[in-house]
Amino acid sequence: MQHTIANAAHARAIPKSPTGVQGLDEITNGGLPKGRATLVCGGAGSGKTLLATSFLINGARCFGEPGVLVTFEENGDELASDVASLGFDLPGLIDEGKLFVDYVRVERSEIEETGEYDLEGLFVRLDHAIRSTDAKRIVLDTIESLFAGLANASILRAELRRLFRWLKDKGITAVITAERGEGTLTRQGLEEYVSDAVILLDHRVTEQVSTRRLRVVKYRGSHHGTNEYPFLIDRHGLSVLPVTSLGLTHHAPVERLSSGVRQLDEMLGGQGYYRGSTVLVSGTAGTGKTSLTAHFTDAACRRGERVLYFLFEESPLQLMRNMRSIGIDLQPWVDKGLLNFQAYRPSRAGLEAHLAQMYQNVRDFKPSVTVVDALTNLLTAGTANDVRAMLMRVIDYLKVNEVTGFFTSLTPGKNESEETEAGVSSLMDTWIVLTIQEIDRQRHREIRVLKSRGMAHSNRVHEFELTDRGLRLLDDTGPGIRATGGG
Amino acid sequence: MTTSAPDVPPPPAQSAPPAGDNGPHDDSTERYILRLYVAGMTSRSARAVENVRTFCEKHLEGRYDLQVIDVYQQPALAKSEQLIAAPTLIKKLPLPLRRLIGDMSNEDRVLVGLDLVPRT
Repeated sequence: MQHTIANAAHARAIPKSPTGVQGLDEITNGGLPKGRATLVCGGAGSGKTLLATSFLINGARCFGEPGVLVTFEENGDELASDVASLGFDLPGLIDEGKLFVDYVRVERSEIEETGEYDLEGLFVRLDHAIRSTDAKRIVLDTIESLFAGLANASILRAELRRLFRWLKDKGITAVITAERGEGTLTRQGLEEYVSDAVILLDHRVTEQVSTRRLRVVKYRGSHHGTNEYPFLIDRHGLSVLPVTSLGLTHHAPVERLSSGVRQLDEMLGGQGYYRGSTVLVSGTAGTGKTSLTAHFTDAACRRGERVLYFLFEESPLQLMRNMRSIGIDLQPWVDKGLLNFQAYRPSRAGLEAHLAQMYQNVRDFKPSVTVVDALTNLLTAGTANDVRAMLMRVIDYLKVNEVTGFFTSLTPGKNESEETEAGVSSLMDTWIVLTIQEIDRQRHREIRVLKSRGMAHSNRVHEFELTDRGLRLLDDTGPGIRATGGG
Repeated sequence: MTTSAPDVPPPPAQSAPPAGDNGPHDDSTERYILRLYVAGMTSRSARAVENVRTFCEKHLEGRYDLQVIDVYQQPALAKSEQLIAAPTLIKKLPLPLRRLIGDMSNEDRVLVGLDLVPRT
């Protein structure tokens, strides 16, 4: 029997029921197994209920699949107010007949066991709820509560086994939530009964930074991502961030974008950056990273493109004031809605939260250029490895959407040290390094293009200065050109 | 301490017939409102009905109101009555509300469940 099912599953992809939870459907290649039960387990406060409820609400709202929510822990009002804070209108869906909520109250002190029984009372309830909404989805949150209310565990186990079989026979897609156990997936060993798919949620706090993670432990008959994926709960609900959804299959646009500095464009094969590429500008403090960024931002806005600017060190007003001193006025672009600043301190929230925040901003604002100034500030929110992993996901996301990514990086210390950026530079298509040399008590600013994939770029070091009309390269000896390979 | 002063008027509780709720002897006058929910006419249901009827006649003669309901016939009641198990006997009155689940074959548990003997 099991053998046949496994073979059938291999023969063709099993039908899926989309969760509508951003990212989760990507990891699971389309959602939860349709007509089967999925176990969602995790500790207290790990987001089980929210995941389960989102599955149900999205089903009712977006996929034409009415649902039944059987809650053992919160009554309908509590639940409605919980999800209302995430923008879900539970009472509205109930009124429309798309959702049925049944709060199953199990009060140990009220119950006396006087002989043989079964859980037919619960079956009748579920059956009634399913019929009255013609439900295609059901959530049992958290059915383990029955173990606290009923003393006879052997009856309970036999009945749960019967219940899950019954749900399967009905062809309803079920989500069963369960508390994480010590050394087991669930406290009551529910994984023994519900084994089509198992999702594990985790909420960790490391160095006062909280991160939530999701892992698909098991998915019978389907491919699925096996990593731990960070997820976020915010005012838009729950979203999972796939580590990389890209597989390096994105387009490689050939269109070029001016850096905003003509002479720099010349250094970059005469035409500037590629659209949809990633640019890193690194240098010690005061070398002009932000000025170069402002040029690029200004140039993009002049073309009528939208720029999303993550600013981690100063306020937008301060930045704009400083840039006016080199003749760049960004204020009009802000006024026109072409330039959007997101200014905050990265240490405020965990890295995952940042990543999710950035995704959301990009999704909402739909920029053609995204600036992160400075990348190095993110290091305060996580370890170098984590930051690199996060950055990879940001870049993937930008590339898929053909958004040009512009990143600045502060090189610590007096001298340039290319190793510090080595971690992230491999993710960058173009790497520009700014330095300051002190010669005869004079500071000389220098710029060079360390690499730029897919174009013949200058291999010379050029001196430049910051004037009241912007960044200007000094030596007019002409750009030295060398051809480079594609990467 | 059984003596009482003859000139003191008798306390009203002694003369008011059914309202008294203090003292265990008053229990014998309380009415029991019971609902027995079964799921279909299975042998277990039949056994529960039989056991509850016998029990009531023996312990609550003349002061109980028992109704037997098949939840298959009225499924909406399963939600409003918070049913999980079947059979379930609900003691609506006197308070506190109790739910007895099972075929009621264990008379001692039924006595405890209906608060006719103290809980241990």
